[in-house]
Amino acid sequence: MRSEVDVFDAQDVTCIFGHGKKAVTAIDRVSFTIADQEIVSLVGGSGCGKSVLAKIMLGLLHPNSGRFLYKGNDITDQRRHWREVQPVFQDPFSCFNQFFTIRSQLRDSFGILEQKPSKQEMEERIDQALLAVNIKPPEIEGKYPFELSGGQMQRMLLARIFIIRPKILIADEPTSMVDACVRANILDYLMKLKQELKMTIVFITHDIGLAYYVSDRLFIMHQGRIVEQGAPDEVTLRPQNVHTVQLLADIPDIHKPWILR
Amino acid sequence: MSIFEVDDLHLHYRTRFGEKIPAVSGVSFALEQGEVFGIAGESGCGKSTLVNGCMGLFIPPLYPTSGDVRVAGESIMNRTPADVRTNVLGRKVSMIPQGAFNSLSPTRKIKDIAADMIESHEKGVSKKAIHDRLQQRFRLIGMDADTVLNEYPVRLTAGMRQRCVISISTLLNPQVVIADEPTSALDVTTQKAVITMVFDMLDKGIFSSMIFITHELPLLRHVADRIAVMYAGEFVEVGTTEQIIFDPRQPYTKALMGAMLSAEAGQKQKKPVAIEGAPPNLAKPIVGCRFAGRCPEARPECHRNKQDIRIVGNRQVRCDYAV
Repeated sequence: MRSEVDVFDAQDVTCIFGHGKKAVTAIDRVSFTIADQEIVSLVGGSGCGKSVLAKIMLGLLHPNSGRFLYKGNDITDQRRHWREVQPVFQDPFSCFNQFFTIRSQLRDSFGILEQKPSKQEMEERIDQALLAVNIKPPEIEGKYPFELSGGQMQRMLLARIFIIRPKILIADEPTSMVDACVRANILDYLMKLKQELKMTIVFITHDIGLAYYVSDRLFIMHQGRIVEQGAPDEVTLRPQNVHTVQLLADIPDIHKPWILR
Repeated sequence: MSIFEVDDLHLHYRTRFGEKIPAVSGVSFALEQGEVFGIAGESGCGKSTLVNGCMGLFIPPLYPTSGDVRVAGESIMNRTPADVRTNVLGRKVSMIPQGAFNSLSPTRKIKDIAADMIESHEKGVSKKAIHDRLQQRFRLIGMDADTVLNEYPVRLTAGMRQRCVISISTLLNPQVVIADEPTSALDVTTQKAVITMVFDMLDKGIFSSMIFITHELPLLRHVADRIAVMYAGEFVEVGTTEQIIFDPRQPYTKALMGAMLSAEAGQKQKKPVAIEGAPPNLAKPIVGCRFAGRCPEARPECHRNKQDIRIVGNRQVRCDYAV
């Protein structure tokens, strides 16, 4: 029976910051479900509530009203939740501590697991994870985060995911800081993660073109609401909502005219 | 005469062990009046080093090796940083940086930061005159001058902050504007608004030509007249936008186009192709073509023979085998 329960189930989730006159409704009565092993993309401009929704999924924020269920239950124990739900963020440099070597920080990530493996097994698993993201372990031996390039650091974040092996990955703009070649690389690794670990991926981006490639389903967000959702082809080729149309028109595409003079 | 010329520019970084690392090698190009010149390339290929070189601003450990940069025929090389700051930056060449937030002091209002720009270049301008000029300029480019000028940077949105930075850096009507990834930190809707504003300024003659640096090729396709593709400190292909985007000849340019994404019918099956491997280590002497190690079309002689820029049709290509 367990497998039939949706991974995430949002029922009328509302999230409000501040109170009185200054109250800002970041998430406005949003309802959706995300099934096991699905890739869903949340797409929208800055300030539309994408990242707030990500924080709710990670159990970092709780909705002011409505219910947000993970596998049919409320999120209560954060540590237990994080064993199964892990994030990848936009800026890897702010995720790693400057003062420790990368390897020691990857070693620290075992701390979230219920049972720490033996020292030797830990080292082996780190090596495997590094190889999985195409980095030879000696390359980062004794190195600190600032000694690597942005693309390499982004892969370190992904290596961490290979170590922890969560069920669900929340990827919050993982490719917005890197160039086109590295982006194609990172997408490859994300797909590899999904295949190897049978993961559910929630992909958050403002780039609808990117979302179109990776996802099974697209959610278009605008001012705290999901204004359109459906299969990528459906949403990008036959958009119904005006905000989706706007978003699509704003993306520079090599084959279509775009603004200007 | 070209408004901006870069002539066989070589730049290097000096490490604390006295090693010289060539970051930019043999870059030459010229900008005509009203032209937008795009530079594309992956991170670490020397785009930003080239920007510093184009401004004539050399702050250690960056040093010029050889070559010349001329604005309207006048060389801006071999000057002291103080001289560059007062006489070159802002008037001849101005830069739009990537992170607007890092460029604005959080404790000062926009109008004070903007006033600095005028005061540091023109002596003895009255407060009233500065105020009027700011009002006029901000209105001209379609911003709400009264509110924006009186705000602190933190109170503005990211798009608004970037617009302020652009207006401040073009206050003195520079001849050439260098935009280094001006919109990478913005979302697509804001990006479009900011780019539209930049082109509006170009049309109004606030500045006369622009160098636009980005790794986002679809964007470059719409903003640039000509594009140069940079790899490991060298230009590998220079041509018109149509040539570079739709008909690339050099293997690296081809690979770069293959890594591009676009959301349209039937494109979902066409996976973006990543370029395997990493660029060469510039600290070590390089024999042969710099892209040979990653090139899908590399021949044995590519690893031995240095490739030079040659003219194919009306474009420049750095590959002996490109046709």
